[in-house]
Amino acid sequence: MSEGLVRAAAHTVAAEGVAGRLRRQWPWLAALAVALIVPWLSFDWTTGRHSGFIVSMLSQMGIMIIFALSYNMQMGQSGLLSFGHAVFLGLGGYVTAHALNAAKSGTLPVPLELTPLAGGLGGLAFAILFGYFATKQRATAFAMITLGIGELVASCALMFQTFFGGEGGVSTNRMIGRSLVGVSYAAPIQVYYLIVVWAAIAVALMLLLTRTPLGRMANACRDNFERAQFVGYDPRMVRFVQFSLSGFFAGIAGALYTLTYEIVTYDTVSGAMSANALLMTYIGGVGVFAGPVIGAVLVVLLQSWVSLLSNSWLVYAGVLFILMVTFAPGGIGGLVMMHQPIWRARGLGRLAGPYLRLLVPGLLVAVGFVLVIELCSFLTIGAAQGKTFTLSRVTIEPRTPLPWAVAAVLLVGGGLWLRRAVAGFAAAWHTVVDKIKAAEKRA
Amino acid sequence: MLHGIKRTGSTLVALAFTLTTGTASAQGTIKIMYTDPLSGPFAQVGDQNLQQFKYIIDYINGRGGALGRKFELVSFDNKSQPSEALLALKSATDQNIPVIMQCSGSNIAAALIEGVDKHNERNPSNRIVYVNCGAVATELTNEKCSYWHFRMDAHVGMKAETMVRALPKDVTKVYLLNQDYLFGQSVQRDVKSFLTKLRPDVKVVGDELIPLGKVKDFSPYITKVKASGAQALLTGNWGPDMTLLIKGGMDAGLDIRYYTMYAHLGGGPTAIGPAGNGKVRSVMPFHENIAVETGKTDTEGWTRQFRSQHDFDFYAAGFRTIFEFLQAAMNKAGSADPLKFSAALEGLTITDMLGHTVTMRKADHQILSEYFVGVFTKGVKYESEKTGLGWKTETTVLPKDLDQPNTCNMKRPTT
Amino acid sequence: MLLFMLASGLTLIFSMMGVLNFAHASMYMLGAYFAFSLSRIIGFWPALVIAPVLCGALGAIIEMYALRRVHRNGHIAELLFTFGLAFIIEKGVQMTWGLLPVPYRVPAVLDRSLFTIYGSNFHSYRGFMLLISALMFVAIWLLLTRTRIGLVIQAALTHPEMVGALGHDVPRVFTIVFAGGSALAGLAGVIGGNYLVTEPSMAVTMGPIVFVVVVFGGLGSLAGCFIASLIMGLVQTFAVVVDVSFADLLARVGVTVTSATPLAEALTIPLPRIGALLPYLMLILVLLVRPRGLMGTRDT
Repeated sequence: MSEGLVRAAAHTVAAEGVAGRLRRQWPWLAALAVALIVPWLSFDWTTGRHSGFIVSMLSQMGIMIIFALSYNMQMGQSGLLSFGHAVFLGLGGYVTAHALNAAKSGTLPVPLELTPLAGGLGGLAFAILFGYFATKQRATAFAMITLGIGELVASCALMFQTFFGGEGGVSTNRMIGRSLVGVSYAAPIQVYYLIVVWAAIAVALMLLLTRTPLGRMANACRDNFERAQFVGYDPRMVRFVQFSLSGFFAGIAGALYTLTYEIVTYDTVSGAMSANALLMTYIGGVGVFAGPVIGAVLVVLLQSWVSLLSNSWLVYAGVLFILMVTFAPGGIGGLVMMHQPIWRARGLGRLAGPYLRLLVPGLLVAVGFVLVIELCSFLTIGAAQGKTFTLSRVTIEPRTPLPWAVAAVLLVGGGLWLRRAVAGFAAAWHTVVDKIKAAEKRA
Repeated sequence: MLHGIKRTGSTLVALAFTLTTGTASAQGTIKIMYTDPLSGPFAQVGDQNLQQFKYIIDYINGRGGALGRKFELVSFDNKSQPSEALLALKSATDQNIPVIMQCSGSNIAAALIEGVDKHNERNPSNRIVYVNCGAVATELTNEKCSYWHFRMDAHVGMKAETMVRALPKDVTKVYLLNQDYLFGQSVQRDVKSFLTKLRPDVKVVGDELIPLGKVKDFSPYITKVKASGAQALLTGNWGPDMTLLIKGGMDAGLDIRYYTMYAHLGGGPTAIGPAGNGKVRSVMPFHENIAVETGKTDTEGWTRQFRSQHDFDFYAAGFRTIFEFLQAAMNKAGSADPLKFSAALEGLTITDMLGHTVTMRKADHQILSEYFVGVFTKGVKYESEKTGLGWKTETTVLPKDLDQPNTCNMKRPTT
Repeated sequence: MLLFMLASGLTLIFSMMGVLNFAHASMYMLGAYFAFSLSRIIGFWPALVIAPVLCGALGAIIEMYALRRVHRNGHIAELLFTFGLAFIIEKGVQMTWGLLPVPYRVPAVLDRSLFTIYGSNFHSYRGFMLLISALMFVAIWLLLTRTRIGLVIQAALTHPEMVGALGHDVPRVFTIVFAGGSALAGLAGVIGGNYLVTEPSMAVTMGPIVFVVVVFGGLGSLAGCFIASLIMGLVQTFAVVVDVSFADLLARVGVTVTSATPLAEALTIPLPRIGALLPYLMLILVLLVRPRGLMGTRDT
């Protein structure tokens, strides 16, 4: 960027007041508004009921957003790849479950709205304990230590009954009758709004943390840890504090999990849950703060909703990851941020046409691919289960050649068309970017 | 960018795909929500259950269904996670489905019992009944029991008693080996207590717990078993923990009887193989040769037809009993409303397809049905999974023998 | 010994390319399934040779056309790529061979007892597995130390850039190593699948312990890998037979643990119960002290 633009930007920032600063954060405010309104879109006006399924899924998204953001504190901001992050989610959840049970029996008089703090403190305590060992190392050694810790905790969760409740887990009741705002939390929608509030708080705190010296030093240690030492901070200390704080937020997510499902079982500390964190964060984009938010929403959608429609959802997940890592390592967030300079120069309109030209062949290829996978699946597994392949009331018979032919045409034809469209798009992209650069030079 | 398009594309396409089910009861079928792992490493469990359910539901619908309506199964993949099972529950209550069924995983069952209880309490106009078709932890109909939960399979205590009753008189030394989690620990505890009660002459010469799913090489354990001089190995293990244990024992030439609870399920006979002839026993509610042994030709023909269409044995006689119970209860109550037919279901007695009298005990909603111990051997009419060997009944335990005391203290709904 | 075969392939891949290959266990699974199908058509012995070759070829294709492109996006990208690959392979196996275990059996000629020791039979197939692993170890060692390509590989294990600067085709070396590692995993599957159970979830159950062995043994060291698998195996076996718990040790020094003592559950656990967990504990301890693993020559 040129001097002129920097000066202009600085001038604008200085001239803003609080209102201006708030206006700059409009994506977050918009997201908050969406979060508040979305449950009402599926409200059944005839029965006066929210869709329990949608509210559950949205609650899960809220929990996973906090979880993924806490994971990114380690991965994206400090360069720490951890395979055992779910440990803090689960342990925070267990602590909250015990706290809730204590609150119900009267030994711990705390209102429900503040119970996530219990989970957070639990997560923090365990993160300090495990982090002391794990952060002694970096990179691969660190990753392997977290893998070991994750496996050990997961096995312990099965073996020990007193804290973990064994296989049946620890169950609890969130209606403890104590609330700051007088809500009973009988209805899932009330818990959902509590999650929204806590998510907003957690997001704000984590965002602010990235702007503190700790956050900046974590970035420095990630980029070049030898050099960072010369600044005067001990990278090990930076790693340790960052790890512990990330455990705090994961514990909050775990507490919200307990409030939503009212039961915590050993799968919350399992390797699968840790892998989920990794997937969500990476797909959303590790380089962008909001990336994990996008990733969390997408993965929850994939797991809970797409899996309703097809048992091959794991294949789609696998293909999505592979495409992402091959063509877009910055994740979705990275892709969005690539458009930022164009947005600022108001050149986005010029890309609308090329995008549309890309959309059609892309859609064809996607449909063709999904068709092939579903046909294979129905041919081998689904048929025996007595399921029929239905596409909006049209039954597709996998044993006839027609669907296969259609799929082949879509895939191959669409693929060739797509290749040409991509080349055209790349050309258009470069043209736009060059124009912007030229405009800057003149300014 | 490319993948971004693909992602939007996939989502849009996914939107276009609709299940045949659509919404609610406008079509007149009685929907049953069924949730189990249908993807991932445990997908075979849900898959086989679905195939057997389809066969059974076709049969029951052919006999008039219930209240003149047909049954329809709606499946939901819970990916072995309690949170997903609770999502299935929400989906079911959204569609006013009266029954949710689940067969695999006591942790999921525990979550469902609590979830159903709380939902029914907080939403009395939209209740649902939970039919447990296979989660066997004993507490689910004891400490954790609930009015809305009906268990249609024998629990661990009952299976342990069956196993102990099947021990022949000449076996006096047994070795216990189980998986180290709630289920395995219950098996360990219950088997020991029934041994003390029913067979005080038997000595437990070894008692092990192994971490779940982690042991690949059982030879050190086999060595210990051999050294102890045990004549029978009693285990509740399932999956690789069971098959590798048995294989390890056979490879080491261990001359012992194996008593298991799950060797008869899909994949077990294949994994054990012909070498297990006469050695491996399993506690089971059904196998295809019982009908032959007791002369029930219509049942035999019914399961034979299943075999001809599928590549695994029919083992889920209990599932047919479930639907026969649901049919009888709904017809008796004259309604598919959860409150009404659950009142009819508890205490109900029917005759199952093997001719035994089966009861749904009112006190704890635990089914009392017959149980068998079969031995894996040659020379039976129906062999398992193309191994050349099949199951032969060694011991039959009647429902009344399994009427164990329970500690259930359930709250009954007043409205 | 099975563990060593799996781990050796992974250690080569991990050391050279820094790729945490989550699809390695999937290659193991594919090896077993290929051998199962092939042995039904042409018998076990030809399958023993062909199935690993198939796995190696598959590995080569994956490396050349996909992994290479992902390589420039970083290690985490490669890791996730192999992750996605593992999902797809698992589903592919489920669709091709079904969800249940398949009857892949030990060949009849080996299905007997070799000798009896202390009253227990030593199954001849175990001896066969041992033999194959040992032969393989010797073969790899000879390959790496005595052939030219082996020396290049060894050099590239620790100093890939320098080797490239010297004029060797490092990408091709990468492909060879990846293919070789996959073939080793496939071979492990061929000889392990019929001894253990061949089913779609076998990759998931084998996965974590292999990583533990590789990292414990140390990156870049084949000998370390060998020693690590031996140690892990011995530790797990001895843990089973030594029936001691922490509480017993405390009792020796005069401290009694009752059910009221905090953490009583943890203290009274006898060693056999946690035997299979000891590798993870050992891994953590080793990494704290030596981040390169036992005999590692390369840091990532």
